[in-house]
Order: sequence, then structure tokens, then C-alpha cells
Amino acid sequence: MTRELTCIVCPKGCQLKVELENNKILSVEGYTCKRGLEYANTECTAPMRTLTTTAPVVGGGVVPVKTDKPVPKELMLECMKVINTVRVSPDAKIGDTVIENILDTGANVITTRNVKV
Amino acid sequence: MYDIAIIGAGVVGGMVASALSKYDIKICILEKQNDVAMGATRANSAIVHAGFDAKEGTLKARFNVRGSEMMEEVAARLGVKYKRNQSLVVGFEHERAEVEAIYKRGLKNGVKGLRLIEKEELQTLEPNLNPELSCALLAETGAIVCPYELCIASVGNAMDNGAELMTGFEVCGIDTEEDGYLIKSADGRVIKTKYLVNSAGVYSDRIAEMTGDCDFKITPRRGEYMLLDKECGNFTERTIFHTPTKMGKGILVSPTVDGNLLLGPTATDIEDKEDTSVTPEGFATIFAKASDNVANIPFNKVITSFCGLRSVGSTGDFIVKERNGVVTLGGIESPGLTSAPAIAEYVEGIFKDKGVLGNIKADYVATRKPAHYFSTLSMEEKNEIIKKDPAYGRIVCRCEGITEGEIVEAIRTNPPACDLDSVKRRTRGGMGRCQGGFCSPIVVGLIARERGIKFEDVTKFGGGSIINYYKTKGDK
Amino acid sequence: MSVKADLVIIGGGPAGMSAAVAAYDAGIRDILILERDTSLGGILRQCIHNGFGLHRFKEELTGPEYAYRYELMVRERNIPFKLNTMVLDITQDKVVTAINGEDGLFEIEAKSIILAMGCRERPKGALNISGTRPAGIFTAGTAQRFVNMDGYMPGKKVVILGSGDIGLIMARRMTLEGAKVEAVCELMPYSGGLARNIEQCLNDFNIPLMLSHTVVEIHGKERVTGVTIARVDENRRPIYESRQYIECDTLLLSVGLLPENELTKSADISLDRITGGAIVDQSRQTKIEGVFACGNVLHVHDLVDYVSEESEIAGRSAADYIKGKTTTGKDISLITDGKVRYTVPQKISAEENVTVYFRVSDIYRNVRIVVRDGESILVNKKKQKVAPGEMETVTITADMIKNIKGNTLSFSIES
Repeated sequence: MTRELTCIVCPKGCQLKVELENNKILSVEGYTCKRGLEYANTECTAPMRTLTTTAPVVGGGVVPVKTDKPVPKELMLECMKVINTVRVSPDAKIGDTVIENILDTGANVITTRNVKV
Repeated sequence: MYDIAIIGAGVVGGMVASALSKYDIKICILEKQNDVAMGATRANSAIVHAGFDAKEGTLKARFNVRGSEMMEEVAARLGVKYKRNQSLVVGFEHERAEVEAIYKRGLKNGVKGLRLIEKEELQTLEPNLNPELSCALLAETGAIVCPYELCIASVGNAMDNGAELMTGFEVCGIDTEEDGYLIKSADGRVIKTKYLVNSAGVYSDRIAEMTGDCDFKITPRRGEYMLLDKECGNFTERTIFHTPTKMGKGILVSPTVDGNLLLGPTATDIEDKEDTSVTPEGFATIFAKASDNVANIPFNKVITSFCGLRSVGSTGDFIVKERNGVVTLGGIESPGLTSAPAIAEYVEGIFKDKGVLGNIKADYVATRKPAHYFSTLSMEEKNEIIKKDPAYGRIVCRCEGITEGEIVEAIRTNPPACDLDSVKRRTRGGMGRCQGGFCSPIVVGLIARERGIKFEDVTKFGGGSIINYYKTKGDK
Repeated sequence: MSVKADLVIIGGGPAGMSAAVAAYDAGIRDILILERDTSLGGILRQCIHNGFGLHRFKEELTGPEYAYRYELMVRERNIPFKLNTMVLDITQDKVVTAINGEDGLFEIEAKSIILAMGCRERPKGALNISGTRPAGIFTAGTAQRFVNMDGYMPGKKVVILGSGDIGLIMARRMTLEGAKVEAVCELMPYSGGLARNIEQCLNDFNIPLMLSHTVVEIHGKERVTGVTIARVDENRRPIYESRQYIECDTLLLSVGLLPENELTKSADISLDRITGGAIVDQSRQTKIEGVFACGNVLHVHDLVDYVSEESEIAGRSAADYIKGKTTTGKDISLITDGKVRYTVPQKISAEENVTVYFRVSDIYRNVRIVVRDGESILVNKKKQKVAPGEMETVTITADMIKNIKGNTLSFSIES
């Protein structure tokens, strides 16, 4: 089976062609860098995404957050639920961890700006 | 018990309220929408007509000519922008006879400053006109005014003088009692009044029915418009009409007092009293007809399009009458804006004759602070104000340069702005080329703060015009 | 208040901050950044998604993180900035009029000015969509601000018109926050957004991208209740028979960005009809000596990394200007063949290496980017694919410029 993918690693958006047999990758074409090859591999076996969203702040308002490494794609909406239940301190600084190891993915949820600007 | 209740807070109702509020009587203004100026007043040509269109002897002719005479003073008193930019009725060679006929009618109606002009002068006056046009009627008294600003200012002036404005008051029944009328709102409110003025626009026939007087019908006439960026405000200096037809004065091209260029209206009679949608046919008509008169209009500079409903009465003329203490002002289509001050003066006369009005209030205030006074101040004057209130130094609407101070003032001044569109009509914040893209979230925040309501409860124009549904997360 | 400054930078977004840092590092100290918003960072503050900084910082950052890196650089250098400050006017002799709550209305006499005001979204009015005008029609950026900064949901069931990157990003964002995005309609037969965004913002969530489709009518009295969409023919005219109603409460518009050049116009600086930004030379200098422009106010970029790069050029050039350095060289105009829509800069007037940025007007495959000096070919670069949504670059070396015979360089796409 052949799968065609658009690499999302960088804005170049290379078109990748992956030959698969029983979920095993036989060959990858179209990538222009090492990370593109890695992307094709994980995308066909266990697709991963960095999740960016906001988290509620104690006392109101929201602060932008992200997972500090990609999480399994199918867990994105589950992660959203967990993130929406936290309350970030109004004194939190950029890069502070809000949730450790979210849903056992190994990824931490961190703030991407200071709550107070 | 009110002395006089006015149903409908459009420019006619507003001007009537302003005129009557001089006197020591109790007045209320009932408006079904969330704000004033929400019907035809919101969407019309914004023209002060010289008065040559209406047939001699009609109420339209009478009130138009008188209203045109009054408008400059009224606008100045209420702090509303007005500009005597003159108007031109242009025609091709085969329409020369019609242009001349309009000129003669104007003279009969008593319009001053009319002059027939020829091609050469026309081209000098307005270089962007279609070069094929061969003759025109120049009206020196032709002017432009902002209709919703005039309405807001007149209602504000009435309120400053004690009149009460009840918004969201949709009249659903009127009971006649011995000493007056009981007016019922769809939301359960009831008020009692001795006299009543029906200035309900397209619904004036329905209101008339409720008072047992149903000898006329109102047909809404759709009028679609396109508004162009301020870059194009000088495209023509004067208001350009084509020779009129039975359906109205045709598609005009006119600068607005705020410096945009306005094109429209189309004219389609409909039954639905609420259908203010814009149509592809409307765009096409405006495009074609406006281009007949003015060459190379930059249609790519359109910033918004909208539609208004004119109240066309079944008698063909304005319906202005009094019976059993009910003053009916129906069918006030074009030239309704121009006529509004004259109609108000006439209504004032009716009540005066009936002995309703009594003395002028000791503390009567005739004037209102201009809505856009801040922008006209000098640097020093602005800095004085900013020193006292830094909000006047914070620009919220980038396109029109409107400050937080001006927006807050609009929310606190009579008639108070209570939603996004009402702030826009009062301040022009959100009316510029980005159409509120940057400032609407900030204005929503200011309305919520000033009115002590939740962010998500701020609407675009009341009712179900929700802007945000709920908080994304956190304590709701 | 009336003050003087060597360099006034209008806008404290990525362009303004990069320019300020570059000018400082080139030895200029008397700098003032004027920012209209409540903090530095510009539009990046609401772009909370990642994908920024791969070129600049060799890592993937979110918008606020990218902005914060530059904010730190500005703060480390103690470069002065004023927030909540709106510039109202600039004159040809470089007097800047601005307003804020603390200083009131004030003027600054600048030796040099950098224009870095960014861009804004094309509003709905420009589209002439028929139907009603209810609540629930937003530009994608306005919705982004409501969701990401204010924390409110402006829609539950959404149709997006236009597949620019902000539209694609908002399709994912609204979905993550619980909305249902019914479709993204794109008038053109291709998307103007990045391929990666179509993949991770639409395909990940099974959101249909309807190419060659547009919204022809908006329904709903108070709030949007639905839209009618239709396929368009090759002339981009809606095909009546293909009309289809989609129930929704929100229409988001992502139909293009326009450089915000009101101030530029007020100083009577000539604009490029295609980019909507000033016409500049390789130093990003406009028609007025000492007035430079960079970032999205000059032309709309797809990547903030390029904005930073360009703004550093403007910052260094302003520093040179202030220090009295002048360049020599004849004026060379860059001209395009139509397939290349525009170039920035539009002219070259110095013998130095110049990176020319440009966009193409359609998707072209297996082509060559050719730069000619009269008959002689200076650059001949093969490309598998070029697309309007992706900015291209070509470097013209100092040597090439030295040897140019004519007064123009022509840029074309050839097969």
C-alpha cells in the first residue's frame, strides 16, 4: 500500500510517498531532510502532534500553553480536557510547567508567555 | 401616566420627542429594538433634499422645503455634522425635458438656489461624471447629514430634557380608555398615556390598526447601498442624482458627512417588513446605474453594503394626521429625513393647539454636545482632556482614530450605547476600513465593564445577536 | 511634549523589535519604539500555535515565545519603547505625531523612521456577499483574539471562507475548543495556506477543504443561522446549480491580509500597487531618505522568520543613514513578467549582495526562475513547484550588480 503525506515538520511541506506492507514501512520518497524521514516513520506508525492551546488562570483569563514535546495525535482532545481543568497561577512565567507528564505521554504542558505582561 | 408617548425612535420620532421635550410635560419614547435609529433611519441616503422632487401641493413638498430650511440650524444645535455640498440632477440629452420639468417644479415648491447648467459647467464642477451627460439641475441648498447621528442626538436631547426612552418595548396592543391609551409591550410592560404619536416607520400601519384607524397601508421598499472607503470620499463633491422615475430618485452617488462615498439605493417593493438582506441583483443594479452617471467608480474600495426599508404609504404622500389624541406619522419615505424637523414642528403645533404643552421648561436645554467634538479639538485642548482622563489618549479604533474616552462617553451619554453597533453609530468606532476587526474585542470589553455585564452578554445589536457564546474554560 | 530621537520605530511587533535590535547593535542608542497595543509582540501575541522560529532559532516556537525572545533582546539593550501609543501622522520631514494616555498628543522629530505597522485582514465588506448582516461574522484574526486572548467562544458551528493560514489555524483552534467546523471554502482552485497547515489543521480533524467554492449568501436575522455556498467556474463566478446550504452559527473570513499603510500614505510615500506596501530599495528605504519599511507593512510574509530577517536589514540601514553613511551605485529597477507578481525590494541602488523576495501569481510546476540583465541570464534556478502562498527568494550578488549593463533586472518564471 502507498500512503501520500504532507510533511508538517517545517513550512516547506514536502510531499512524501510511503510504501507500506502490513503497517511496516518499506520505503519513503520525497523527503528533503532527515526530519522528514522521521516524520514519515512516526506518522505511519504512531502519529504525534505538539498541542498548543490556552489554560485558565486563577482569577480569570487564559494563558497560552503547549506540550513541550509531541503527544499522540489521538490524545489531543483528551489532553484538552485535562488542560481545561487546571488553574494556572497568576504569577506563572513563560516556560513554567502547568501539568507534568500529561496522560502519561511523557510531555509536560508549559506556559508560552508570562501570565502578567 | 405620560402626557405623550411616541412609538418608534427613528429620526421622525426622535425629532418629535426633541421638539416636545421643551415643554413641561411627561414624555416617553417606545422603541422595540435595543437602540434608536434602527429602522429606515439607519440605512438611507443621508441627503437633505432641496425640495424639487415632490409634487407641488403635497405634504412631501411642504415638509421637504421647510425641513431643508430648518436642517442647518437643527444640526448645529444638536451637534450633528451637516454639510451643504449641493446636489445635481443630471441627464443625458434625451432627458433634457425632464430635467427642466424638475427645475420648474422646484420653483413652484419655493426652492431657492436652483439653476440649470450645461455640459461644460457640469464637467468643471464634477470632473468624474460620465462625459456623455449633457445637462443638470444644480441645487445650491442640497446638503448631507448623518441620519442616525441626527436621530441619536434628537433622542439624546429629549432625554436630557426629561423624556424617557424604553428600548425593547415592542408594542403589541393599544387599549383605548376614557382618559387616554394603555400601551402594552410584548415583554409584559404596560404604560399609560394621554396622547400618542405613531412614528413606527414600516409598522406605522400596524400601530394605526391597534388604535382603530386603519385607512392606509405601508409597503416596505427595499433600498440597497454600498459604502466606499474614505479614500473615495472626494470622488464627487456634490450629491449626484439621475432624473427620477416613479420608483424614486434612482441610484445616487454622494459623499457622506464622514467622508465616505455612498452609492444607492435600489428600489424594490416587498411585503416583508424585516427583509434587509443585500442581493446580487442589488449589487449589479448599483454598479450599472451609478456608473451611468459617474465614470470609473472604484468599486474595489467598497467597505460595506447594507439595505434599508423605506415606508411607502398607500396614499402616495406622507400620512400626517391627528384623531382622538393619536398623531399618525406614516409613509414617511424619502424625503423623510429632510422633512423630520418640519414634521416635528408641525406635530408640536398640533399639541400646542390642543393645549397639551403648556409652558416651556425653566431648565430646558436646547443644545447637545457634538458627538464627535473630541476629534475637532486642537492639540492643546485634547491634551487638557487627556490629562484629566487618560482614556482619551488611548486609541481603540485605529481606522477612525476613536479613543477609549469617546467610547465610554457614548456608553454613558443619552441615549446610552448598549451594544457593539450602537457604539459604532455614536462614535464611528468600528466603522472604518477594517470594519471592527481590531477594535470589536476591545469595545466588547468596554461595554461589559461600563454596563457591569458579562463579556459574553454583550451583543451586536440586542436580542439574539450574540457575539460570544461562553468562556472557553475556567470558572464560568 | 515635544522630543527628538535618532530613530523612531512605528510598531513593536516582530518587525519593529528586530529592526530596533539591529539598529542598536549597529551602534544607535537614541531609539524609540511606539507600540499601539498593551505589550510588545504585535499579532504574534494571539498566534499561540507553533511553527515559528525554525529558521531564526532552529527550533519550533509558538508566536508568544518568538515574540518574547525579541522582547528580551529589546529589554536587555534597554531600548526605550512606549506602549498604548498610537501614531497618528508622519510627515515628509520625519515629524511623528502620536497619542497615548500618559503623554497625551505629542510630536517627535526623528532623524530616521522605520515603518513596522504590520497588516490587517481584508474585511467582509470588500466581499459583497449577499444576504443578511447578523452577528457571527468575524475575520479569522478577530475570532483568534476572542478565543486566545479573551478566552471566549465566538462560534459553535463554523464555516470558514478562505484558506489563508489564519483561517486554517482557526479551523483547528475552534475544533480543539469544542466547535464543529463544517467546511473551509476556498475561491481559488488551490489553498493560499501552507501545505503543513492543511495537513495538521484540516486533515487531522477531517475538516473538508472545498476548493473553487465560495459563500454566496449569509442567512440569519440576529445571529448567523447558515450560509449558502457554491462552486465557482474558471472565472470565479458562482455556479447557481451548485448552491448548497450549510447550517452554522459562524462565518469566519480568512480572505487576505493588507499592509496597513495609512501613515505611509500620509507622508506621501509611493506604494507598490501589488504589494500594497512602500516601494523600497535593497536597504528597505522608501522614497523619503531616512524612512524605511519592513515586515508585513511592506509586503505580507508567510513566515515571521523572514520578517525578522528583513527588519534587520531595515534596522542596519537606518543606523547607516543616521551615521551619515551613504551608498553608491546606479539605480536598477526590478521588473516582473506577471507570473512573478512582485519583488521586494523593487529597486537596487548599491553594489552588495541582495536577497530578492518575490511571489508568483499561480501554481507552476517544473519551472525555472530566471533573472535577466537585458539578454544575459544572471540567475537560472530550477524549481519543482512554486505557489502564490509561498514566498521565493533569489540572491543577486554584488558582482552581478557591478556588471549589470542596463538599468533593469527582469524576473520571470519560465518552463
